[in-house]
Amino acid sequence: MEIRICINGTDHIVEIDVGETLLDLLRWLGYKGAKNACETGNCGACTVLLNGRPVASCIMLAAQADGATVQTVEGLADEGKLHPVQEAFMDAGAPQCGFCTPGMIMTAVAFLDAKPDPTRHEVREAISGNICRCSGYVKVVDAIMDAARRIREEGAA
Amino acid sequence: MTENLIGGSFPRIDGVEKVTGSATYAADMKLPGMLYARLLTSPHAHATIRDINTEKAKALYGVKAVLTGADLPYRVGLYMVDKPVLADGKARYFGEPVAAVAAISEEIAEEAVKLIEVDYEPLEPVLDAKKALEADAPLVHPDLDSYECIRGVFCPKGGTNIANHFRLKKGDAEEAFTRCDKIIENEFYVPQVQHVPMETHASIAHWKPKGNIEIWTSAQSPFAVRHLLSVALGMSQSMIRVVVPYLGGAFGGKAGIHLEPLVALLSKAAGYRPVRIVATREQEFMTLPCRQGLHARVKTGVNAEGRILSQEIEYIWDAGAYADYGVNIGRASGYSGAGPYEIDNVKMDSLTVYTTKPFGTAYRGFGHVELFWAIESQMDIVAQELKMDPVEFRMKNLLKPGATTITGEEITKYTGSVRKCLEEVAKEIKWGETCGDGGGETCGDGGARGRGESAPADAPTNAPTNGRHGSRSKGKVRAKGIAVLHKAPAMPPNTASSAIMKFNEDATVDLLVSGIDYGQGTATSLSQIAAHELKLPFERIHFIWNKDTDFSPYDWQTVASRFTVMGGLSIIKAAEDATRQIKDVAAEALNVKPDALEVKDGVVFVKEDPSLALDYTDVVMGYKFDNGNSIGGPVIGRGNYIAEGLTNLDPETGQGLPALNWTYGAHAVEIEVDTRTGDIEILKLASAFDVGKVINEGLCRGQVIGGCVQGVGSAIHEQYIYDKAGRLLNASLTDYKIPTVKDIPHEITPIFVETPHDKGPFGARGVAEHPMISVPPVIANAIFNGTGVRIKELPLSPERVFLALNPGRSKT
Repeated sequence: MEIRICINGTDHIVEIDVGETLLDLLRWLGYKGAKNACETGNCGACTVLLNGRPVASCIMLAAQADGATVQTVEGLADEGKLHPVQEAFMDAGAPQCGFCTPGMIMTAVAFLDAKPDPTRHEVREAISGNICRCSGYVKVVDAIMDAARRIREEGAA
Repeated sequence: MTENLIGGSFPRIDGVEKVTGSATYAADMKLPGMLYARLLTSPHAHATIRDINTEKAKALYGVKAVLTGADLPYRVGLYMVDKPVLADGKARYFGEPVAAVAAISEEIAEEAVKLIEVDYEPLEPVLDAKKALEADAPLVHPDLDSYECIRGVFCPKGGTNIANHFRLKKGDAEEAFTRCDKIIENEFYVPQVQHVPMETHASIAHWKPKGNIEIWTSAQSPFAVRHLLSVALGMSQSMIRVVVPYLGGAFGGKAGIHLEPLVALLSKAAGYRPVRIVATREQEFMTLPCRQGLHARVKTGVNAEGRILSQEIEYIWDAGAYADYGVNIGRASGYSGAGPYEIDNVKMDSLTVYTTKPFGTAYRGFGHVELFWAIESQMDIVAQELKMDPVEFRMKNLLKPGATTITGEEITKYTGSVRKCLEEVAKEIKWGETCGDGGGETCGDGGARGRGESAPADAPTNAPTNGRHGSRSKGKVRAKGIAVLHKAPAMPPNTASSAIMKFNEDATVDLLVSGIDYGQGTATSLSQIAAHELKLPFERIHFIWNKDTDFSPYDWQTVASRFTVMGGLSIIKAAEDATRQIKDVAAEALNVKPDALEVKDGVVFVKEDPSLALDYTDVVMGYKFDNGNSIGGPVIGRGNYIAEGLTNLDPETGQGLPALNWTYGAHAVEIEVDTRTGDIEILKLASAFDVGKVINEGLCRGQVIGGCVQGVGSAIHEQYIYDKAGRLLNASLTDYKIPTVKDIPHEITPIFVETPHDKGPFGARGVAEHPMISVPPVIANAIFNGTGVRIKELPLSPERVFLALNPGRSKT
């Protein structure tokens, strides 16, 4: 079947298999930031934003994304300028192996969009569906708290 | 900037790639004409393969190659060459690859796998390592005697399931037990668990018509892959190229060699087309390796003053179906297996035993997470028996300068201080003081023991002597615990590293090493060392990320917390070499002697007259005199390092020098046990390590926090669960849970002790594995201190804790 999907601002009209997942489609189109790490929606490494909301693209059919707007980690930077969440992750040293990082960042972006002034507890709740084996999560939470501050300051400026 | 290069918190050099999704991992790569491989795995834990029919699979449109064990007469292995590429006439575990297909798409490959017909004759599975030692146990490897291994270091016993038996004897344990006032013996158990790297194993291989092989793979050790493949296939190393791009976590599970031989042979069979395989998460659990299980028995003899006089230890390692790496875990955990204690009389037997389960390999800590479950639980039990404070008891027995380890190595002032680590964490957790405000909950704390609150001598041995576990009316008990640890790199005594520094025209430097940074941050800390030694700004160091055996200098493996130390020492020597070349050329250009020169910030100048100076850009590609005559040439620094002074261990007594350096550590914890649910909250974890010298504090903290949380996984959450037939029941992240952000300690406090190591770069030691070690026993010790219940099997799951606290309640 054919679907129309807007990825990071670019419209695609693509022929898909009915059983194809959104993750497979994205990676086939070259958006490799989203990772396949569990195939069961348990780990969050495949998280992308579908119409602004975080979804596990490994358990979502591409057909379900017909007509949708999708944002991946590749689409976060604005003309080369990193998103505040990306900057905060870098400065906090949050990525270690980096495999969970794109999914973690996309979850954080959507979360901070809805909750610009969170507590650490709320951040922990928000990323509890994103698994990281390297970091022990402390620097990830630090980074998201710092990103929230950056976004608020940018908004105020 | 060349100031404060060592010890500061430089941001990671790989940050941009990782936050933008542009870091390329093996599974992200695609070569022209690439095929996709899928595996057929064994549904039996132990079975003879009578016949495999691949005709239907081969006939399917798009299938380019189908291989079975019968096609592949090769064995691979790092220390013990016991692993076939595909099951060879017999399947030895549920999940073992039996056949493989390469096809034009993953879907077709998967379809073809389903068309392969295998005629199995099930055999009796061997699921318990202790039962595997019984005389009538089925043999997992009937041909064990014929396997290659390093004889003299490892000793497989043909006709049994014993892959290796490490023996150590120091003093006379048996005689010393007769002089002890108390002898305490306990058994402990650690189940198999898994590394669970976020990236599953992925490899691409291209067997070229000329006969050479190119491989891109998720491996920790490109040179080990090349070496082991060349040995298995009987090919020259020069015909094999191994490239490692970004690596999504490893933890030991990607050391040695894994899927690379299979994809290489599929590529050849498919008419020299490149083939990619990416393990599914299910295969990562059941087909790729895990961590060995451990049955431990520890018998400790002490005198009335609390000195350990004698210890007898038996470790039975559940290696699973293959022990290619596992035999060295049995050896390493043997020679360090009594913990960081001074004990004059030790008898140690560490057996690596085959069973028909997924096989174990290196996993962060290399046997030490498992053995310290036994040792540090036992030490608290002994202290309890002596009615002695656990910190005080340890302080009486911990190694100090002048003492000897159980292999006879003398501890010096450079070895590091486990005592200091223990002091630091005890202070941080406020050992001896009551627990923090828990809203009136009780607090168990070993600190009050031996100070007048001792239980009567006839009290049950499992009751805390301070008697303060008291009321559980609110259902929550707070308590503290402590534990110590040590580990040295476990590696052959001739392990080597090397480094190359290539200057570019603009006096930036390409830094080439072959250790892999799979998240530790080594690339950043090694770049700091390079900049410091070259006296160049950090920004001028260009760390070459992808490792490529065609271009990168040799390194044995990225394992054993060895790379900052051994890579760092290689880099120091390479920088000396490059600087010498620069000075030689500048000396001739400036007409002075080389030792009259100094370098800083990319300028070489005369010490006495800094105005006589040359910019590196005028030197590093050769110096051109005004008349056009030129000298020198491109500057390429070269450095190497080989572990020096290590010895093989005596096969009977285990005596010798196996350790390049010991990193000591200690944990202290405050927990809250919910006695109604068995749930454990970790309120605070303080962890100290004698790292010698912190190279990058931010990265060190990252290693400690990450390691501690991985330790919490082993302590509370993780285990392989089988049915009676040996089928793994929880091979998914749905059923096998690793810690999420909601499972971490409320507070983790990393502490760094700096007793310089005389051989390390700037005095540094490795600290990658250590944070994970002794996390399980520190929690179990706290549970005991709070509740009086001693648990000797991992994990400390809510179910196990609840049942231990409520012995009357049945599991159903």
